[in-house]
Amino acid sequence: MNNKSISGNAGPKIRSDCEMILQLRSESGIVIDLKSKVQVLYGASIRKLCTDILVFFGIRDALLTVNDSGALDWVIGARLESAVKQLINTDLEFLPPFREENKYQTTSGRFRFSRLYIPGNAPAMMINAGLHSADGIILDLEDSVAPEMKDEARILVRNALRQVNFYGAERMVRINQGERGLKDLEFVIPQNVNLVIIPKCEDPGQVRLVDAKISEIKERSGFTNQVHLMPVIESALGVERSFEIAKSSESVAAMAIGLEDYTADLGVSRTIEGKESLYARTRLVVTAKAAGIQPIDSVFSDVADMEALRQNVLSSKALGFEGMGCIHPRQVSVIRMGFAPGNDEIEKSVKIVAAYEEAARNGLGVVALGSKMIDAPVVARAQKTIDLAARLGLLSDKPVNESNPEEK
Amino acid sequence: MAIPTVINAAGRSVPLEINSKPVVPFMGVGKYRPAGRKCGPPIPVCSDFPVDGNKVVPSLKEALVRCGLHDGMTISTHHHLRDGDLISNQVFDLASGMGVRDLIWFPSASFPCNDPLIKYLEDGTINRIEGSMNGPLGRFVSEGRMKGTAVLRSHGGRVQAIQDGDVRIDIAVLVAPSADMFGNAKGTGGRSACGVLGYAKADSMYADKVIVVTDNLVDFPCFPMEIEGNYVDYVVVVDKIGIPEKIVSGTTLITKSPDRLLIAELTASFLEKSGILKDGITMQAGAGGTSLAIAVFVHEMLRQKGWKSKFGFGGSTKYMVEMLEQGQMGYILDAQVFDLDSVSSVENNPNHIPYSVFNAYNYHSKGNLTSMMDIMILGATEVDLNFNGNVVTHSDGYLLHGIGGWQNCLHARNVILPLPLFRDRIPVIVDKVTTLCGPGELIDVIVTERGIAINPLRTDLVESVRDSGLPLRSIEDLKEEAESICGKPEKARFEEDIVAAIKWVDGTVIDVVRKIKI
Repeated sequence: MNNKSISGNAGPKIRSDCEMILQLRSESGIVIDLKSKVQVLYGASIRKLCTDILVFFGIRDALLTVNDSGALDWVIGARLESAVKQLINTDLEFLPPFREENKYQTTSGRFRFSRLYIPGNAPAMMINAGLHSADGIILDLEDSVAPEMKDEARILVRNALRQVNFYGAERMVRINQGERGLKDLEFVIPQNVNLVIIPKCEDPGQVRLVDAKISEIKERSGFTNQVHLMPVIESALGVERSFEIAKSSESVAAMAIGLEDYTADLGVSRTIEGKESLYARTRLVVTAKAAGIQPIDSVFSDVADMEALRQNVLSSKALGFEGMGCIHPRQVSVIRMGFAPGNDEIEKSVKIVAAYEEAARNGLGVVALGSKMIDAPVVARAQKTIDLAARLGLLSDKPVNESNPEEK
Repeated sequence: MAIPTVINAAGRSVPLEINSKPVVPFMGVGKYRPAGRKCGPPIPVCSDFPVDGNKVVPSLKEALVRCGLHDGMTISTHHHLRDGDLISNQVFDLASGMGVRDLIWFPSASFPCNDPLIKYLEDGTINRIEGSMNGPLGRFVSEGRMKGTAVLRSHGGRVQAIQDGDVRIDIAVLVAPSADMFGNAKGTGGRSACGVLGYAKADSMYADKVIVVTDNLVDFPCFPMEIEGNYVDYVVVVDKIGIPEKIVSGTTLITKSPDRLLIAELTASFLEKSGILKDGITMQAGAGGTSLAIAVFVHEMLRQKGWKSKFGFGGSTKYMVEMLEQGQMGYILDAQVFDLDSVSSVENNPNHIPYSVFNAYNYHSKGNLTSMMDIMILGATEVDLNFNGNVVTHSDGYLLHGIGGWQNCLHARNVILPLPLFRDRIPVIVDKVTTLCGPGELIDVIVTERGIAINPLRTDLVESVRDSGLPLRSIEDLKEEAESICGKPEKARFEEDIVAAIKWVDGTVIDVVRKIKI
């Protein structure tokens, strides 16, 4: 068996990561050769951590070379565990502490305007991911991770879910397709993932497999938190079956469309105005709404063009989508404000709810605003708009809604 | 060698003499009131100079010889050519060739291009540097390898030291992008334009001997002159004083880092919601990517509100020039320029005014431009729980930066430090700064990506944003979060030996840097 392994990343442009070169030996104990940017401040603690990890995995004699560019403990731990697991077969996991702040749950109906993709093998991008006010953070194990780094990314993402505070953003993971994806779940489900994204979905069976696997892991580990699912439709077949997919499990909370792969499947190029995908997008909106879940739009890939993104968000919202993916933190606020209700919409909603409550207080069964009759769904939608506006901080300049003084 | 030390007003142990000269320990902000008169250079007689005004001598070596270069002299240079300076190293090459020893180099700042001078620190040509040092020079000093003790001063402190006689410059070697035979010189024109020569003015007026070195000799008079020929002894014409692309950046760019942009956005939002931003504000922001982004956000806010900044103080960048040109800033007063847009602006726009640090920063003068500034955006390597700031050493104890104008700028009305809560893994907020450069009573606000801490002494600011919705936190709270993410760092360890003294703006010693324990 091979007795030398390498994991992680080093180099002049690498930050917050480290490279581990582990060589098992037959004698002379554990020797650590540490080169670190933060040697003076953290050298001793890095050495201790590495020694603890090697001992945990039963390694007594080894030469470990660490090239550190300021990696946090959970990154160092993940990199070393990956190096160890290339050399010895073990199911042991060296888990960093689970932060109390990371124990929250999310509801299936929560807003998912913006979800920020973070590559699953890029620790430097994970650390501050939660600062940009995205509704969800996706730690991606699929397309953004090179095939040879997939095993390492799983361990890194597992540790990130335990240690990185996303400040209330929904904790999401995009798993790989097929068997690899099911294996991914073993690593992430016990870490309080709120939502799993299933890529390239074109069969309700795929969703059921993931759902069953999650149930199995939960049962095995005694874990009770709810895990929502978001299948991503990325092919013509997927679009055709999108209603069945949306209805395939109670856990499906949202359904997204991925246009890069969809247009490739159709053999057309993706354009800014998006005529080629209009059918798929509107179809997906209809099937999702018919199934009672959120339709979510594709990512917009030009990260420099904020105006084009804004236009894209407005047309997306107009079609009925309730959110969009982000591949850069600066896209979050544009998307958020794009899906936010406009001033007219907020004012109208406030009037509707006020009229409804006035009518309810007076015991009237029928509510009217001006010449228009208002029924329950209209009121519900208006209330949703108000809640949303409040959450986005858009109500502060508006007259206080007298019916809800306790919300101030 | 036990030099007696005392605990100064900031609680730091400092010596009573440095390089065998007595020094005054820091006494508190505004507490030290020196008696006596300012110093001046020896009285020259014009009959000693060519009647036709032509002071050109054939070479720099000739000029140095005529200035009487000898052991132990203090040689000053300025840093307007930044990393593209070709002359300051040559001065010491020549001195070394002449067998001169124990020189004191008194630059207004040093750059990586000066790293070759380490060999002269090693062989005794140079005894010490009194000025900023970065990278390898800083490392050399931190490891206790320089013979004398370094003295770090702010830009204003340097002028104070010259005028008050703390430092007597024997020979000032002043490179100038344009000069005439009489010694009148300016920062524009020629192929090595650097914009302004604000840092060289005091050297020209107070040095015993002044050499102007140019690669662009123009007809008399070189106008508008920043250095006046009446102060100049010799003019040297060389092929090349600098490497243009290293003198100014072709273009300065705002940060692309989403985390830094977030800090910039929060800072701008703080300025707006606290009411600091208003019509007629005066401001200064540096050339770092985050500061530039703040300038861009502030520019946009001024435009939307129809407001105008009365003046901005440079170092100028194209973002400040845009404010000037688009009508959101009345004037730029400028001590140094950072990019080509600014060079061209100072050349062509009468409202872009060269302004020496002499008039702006010197604490021992009749007024201080920085105290007239409403908004001051500054950086720091560390800030502690009492808001004390460090800009010269990193948490690992190594000297890596100069003070620049940082200490002088602390006298502005609102001093705001936009800082990442940690760099790589190293927390920026610490219990006690490794090296004290600025007292916390002068630092008002720390803006990080994870929240804003206002100095509790600024009750007015605390009040102004109470209901703003901004993420306000105590500095202790921010420190705790950083440590929960990064882990608690160990402290750098030092020997007893003092390798550098940090002067406060009034010339007193606020702290010292000790030799790194390896």
